[in-house]
Amino acid sequence: MSILTFIICCPLLAALLLAFVPNSFRVVMRGVAVLATLISALLAVLMFLLFNGAQVGATGYRFEQQIAWVSALGISYHVGVDGINVGLILMGAIVAFAAACVSWEIKEREKEFYILLLVMAGGILGAFASLDLFFFYFFHELALVPTFIMIGVWGRGERKNYATFQITLYLSLGALLALVGLIALYVQSGANTFDIPALTRHIFTEQHALSPGAQHFIFPLLLFGFGILVSLWPFHTWAPLGYGSAPTATAMLHAGVLKKFGLYGLIRIALPLLPNEAQGWMPVLAWLCLGNLVYCGWVAMRQKDFNWLIGYSSVAHMGFIFLGIASLTLIGITGAVLVMIAHGFLAALMFGLGGYIFQQTGTLRIDELGGLLRRMPFIGMALMMAAFAGCGLPGFANFAGEITVLFGAWTVFPQVTILACWGALIIGAVYALRAVRNILHGPLPDKWAAVADAPHLWRKLPFVILLASLLIFGCFPGLLTEKIKPNAEQIVKMVQAGGRNAPGGALVTQAAAKEDAR
Amino acid sequence: MNIGLLIHEWLVVALGLGLLLVDLWVPSPAKRNLGYAAALGLCAILLYSLFFVRVPSPEITQYAFGKMYALDGLGLFFKRFFLLAAIIVLVMSVEFADRIKAGIGEFYALILFALTGMLFASSANDFALLFVSLELITVSFYVLTSFERGRFSSLEAGVKYLIIGALSTGFTVFGIALVYGISGKLNFGDLAGVTAEIGSNRIFLFGLVLVIAGLGFKIAAFPFQIWAPDVYQGAPTPATAFLAIGSKAAGFVLLLRVLFIAVPDVAAQWANLLIIISGITILYGNLCAIPQRNVKRLLGYSSIAHAGYLLLGVAALSAAGRAAVLYYLSGYLFTVLAAFTVICLVMRQVDGEDLRALAGLSRRSPLLAATMTLAMASLAGIPPLAGFFGKFLLLKAVIEQGAAQPGYYCLAFTALVGVVISLYYYFGVVRAIYWSEEAGDLSPIPLSEPVRVSLYGCIAGMFFLGLFPGPLVNLAAEAVKVLR
Repeated sequence: MSILTFIICCPLLAALLLAFVPNSFRVVMRGVAVLATLISALLAVLMFLLFNGAQVGATGYRFEQQIAWVSALGISYHVGVDGINVGLILMGAIVAFAAACVSWEIKEREKEFYILLLVMAGGILGAFASLDLFFFYFFHELALVPTFIMIGVWGRGERKNYATFQITLYLSLGALLALVGLIALYVQSGANTFDIPALTRHIFTEQHALSPGAQHFIFPLLLFGFGILVSLWPFHTWAPLGYGSAPTATAMLHAGVLKKFGLYGLIRIALPLLPNEAQGWMPVLAWLCLGNLVYCGWVAMRQKDFNWLIGYSSVAHMGFIFLGIASLTLIGITGAVLVMIAHGFLAALMFGLGGYIFQQTGTLRIDELGGLLRRMPFIGMALMMAAFAGCGLPGFANFAGEITVLFGAWTVFPQVTILACWGALIIGAVYALRAVRNILHGPLPDKWAAVADAPHLWRKLPFVILLASLLIFGCFPGLLTEKIKPNAEQIVKMVQAGGRNAPGGALVTQAAAKEDAR
Repeated sequence: MNIGLLIHEWLVVALGLGLLLVDLWVPSPAKRNLGYAAALGLCAILLYSLFFVRVPSPEITQYAFGKMYALDGLGLFFKRFFLLAAIIVLVMSVEFADRIKAGIGEFYALILFALTGMLFASSANDFALLFVSLELITVSFYVLTSFERGRFSSLEAGVKYLIIGALSTGFTVFGIALVYGISGKLNFGDLAGVTAEIGSNRIFLFGLVLVIAGLGFKIAAFPFQIWAPDVYQGAPTPATAFLAIGSKAAGFVLLLRVLFIAVPDVAAQWANLLIIISGITILYGNLCAIPQRNVKRLLGYSSIAHAGYLLLGVAALSAAGRAAVLYYLSGYLFTVLAAFTVICLVMRQVDGEDLRALAGLSRRSPLLAATMTLAMASLAGIPPLAGFFGKFLLLKAVIEQGAAQPGYYCLAFTALVGVVISLYYYFGVVRAIYWSEEAGDLSPIPLSEPVRVSLYGCIAGMFFLGLFPGPLVNLAAEAVKVLR
């Protein structure tokens, strides 16, 4: 049994256990949920510490476990980590624990809420740990469906029902497009296996690259299917409304972790297995990501509701990751993974703090709030630090990731990078600092005289952990980059080897040559 | 002859006749319990079938009645399928007995006779047996759908089903006559031998199209779907459930046998026709289901959509596609019967099956609410339930063919759009259960033990097929080996 299986199964088994707990045992439910996610998180930390670099080679995975599931179709339960997903699993497990901790705000139908939360956590961790295309998708759906139900039942705001339907239909469409792409990939490869390492071996070591025609239609399916899931501009409209209506824990888990599934899919599957088309599409992706960075950032500046602001800012931050992926350079992809992890902690922290303020005041309208720092010093400080992290202050993990992405992208897309710098640094700073000023500073309206800070360590714990993670990885980004680098290098090599003869491949080969020359 | 091969049919007919006889001596109040007796009898037959009936090997077919009747892996698969469906429907019927004023014994017996028709249909190897078994099913259903004689809507459903059914029978007979007129054969095996010569004969093809149209009525595929919503809505719920799963599956097994045993050469040229029918059926069913407020009517439209999904597997014209049809039907059996059992129990006292009647169900009976939610999730194709893996197999089969014929990609996208649309209305049902504002009646719903067992069985089936698909995937792949 691999440690990964324990990390995935712990929340899922806890969900099963909760199904048999009577409705009145509210403390037990909360305890089980927190404990299960805590165990998962501790195991993930242990795994992260034990992970001593992926072996270089076709299957450079650690903590592998493989059990045949439907052997006729080549589907197996196969989990394992390399440098790319080890940090993501750590981040996912920590965010899941934080999300379980902040769920004390849920007062009705707690049993169902915690069951769904645990299923979501298990699904997310499973999706990132899976090395099998089928389970990769299966676990993602397992996590996605609880999101819809949680928004529908425990969501807030007048447009809750509309938000539920919108996010359900939009994300299902994205997921199904990706599913068609994955099945087509399986069919066209002719390897009769859903196993990612085996597919990689089949395509690279044994030189059975997919025909250009097949790549030509599979890649857009994956790009836009995953793109919808990650709120790639212009497919981002579900995100702000959905997050604005979601209960805190759901928004934390979805914006922080589940959304990264699409990006992870691009890096792990779409780029290395469909290299020719990947190279052709990357310039398009680079320009689309400007939509995220600049347009969505601009829209975020105009938001009147704090949750909508965080929603838009989280859409905007996806732009960095897309830019890093689009650069197809070692530095860019390493940076993209770094931003994925950093943004996971940051988004969870932001939504967690927003949820706390909403719980205290009953509103998140920025013009109604003000002066809250006096009443809630701890939450206020945490919010300020989160805002600084969001605008890319050195010392936080986001800075390390974003700067790496920008370095990586500069060699390939200089114009896009210049615009992205503007979008990120100026616009990002404007909306983050404006929100801080309006919410925390200024005169304290009388009606908020009674709001209270987080009373004891238990309430502060989730925010402390998330902030600490941001700071640790911000001060020592090497902890992550050293792990990511060998595998990112492998992926870049695969893309270049596959695309050398392709028409779109010239661009990146040039860029790589330039980089070598430097 | 080889009468021993018909063991399932003999036993079910004997059970049905026995039931009618016993009905004469049982006092009226106890008559409803005859349903349990019938269900137990079918359980015994199913167990007997599972343990003692074997097919020598997947490729070998055993014949009876001068090759009219074929017992092979496919037939056996469907016989067990129909027996299981009938057991659950009978348990459901007992709960429905209060609403049937007189003759509940006959209701059970008719279910058994319709079941006999389905058992024959799963082994039909001859146009004559195809027609006879279809008629046995349809005539039984004429009575079943109009069994609530006091209710106008039930009678209306019966009449509609009678008229449309008679029309489809006319199509089928006319088609068979044309096929026989040109080829001189009724047997599927003989026909396969001569299709190479007469495959391009227009009259022969016209006859085949008419036969397929007749089967299209049974499975409610576009453009022969028009009856389904009205009949589903009006018929007594157990009859609707049996119609939804039994009649549809019988239509599919006959369709598979005609297309891939009798005229495989012709079927190979019908890819475009099947793609178009499948695509339109999916879109029609899903789009029309959106505005529905009546749960049974909604499921009627959803059953049209599911006929479309199942046709994906037929249209793929590959062994993988046909195996996917079998897998999907098996998942559909548990799902749709679970849904109708819940409707039957909740709506026992209500006349219209409006969505509002589901309000507050989560407080009235958590088990029923959970079952209905799981059924809707499985119909929508959400993991880890049976519907998800079924749709996955169907999509995979279709995409596999895409390299040769780009039309299949269009079909896959149509199916995808259909699935997204369907999420909307299935979600609406779940919403009515869990978070609708006004809930008038909050009295708990009593559940009898047999119903509880059948509900747990359906839930277990949905989860098992979703989580451990291996065994059934292999079984389905074996079963379709007789098809070409």
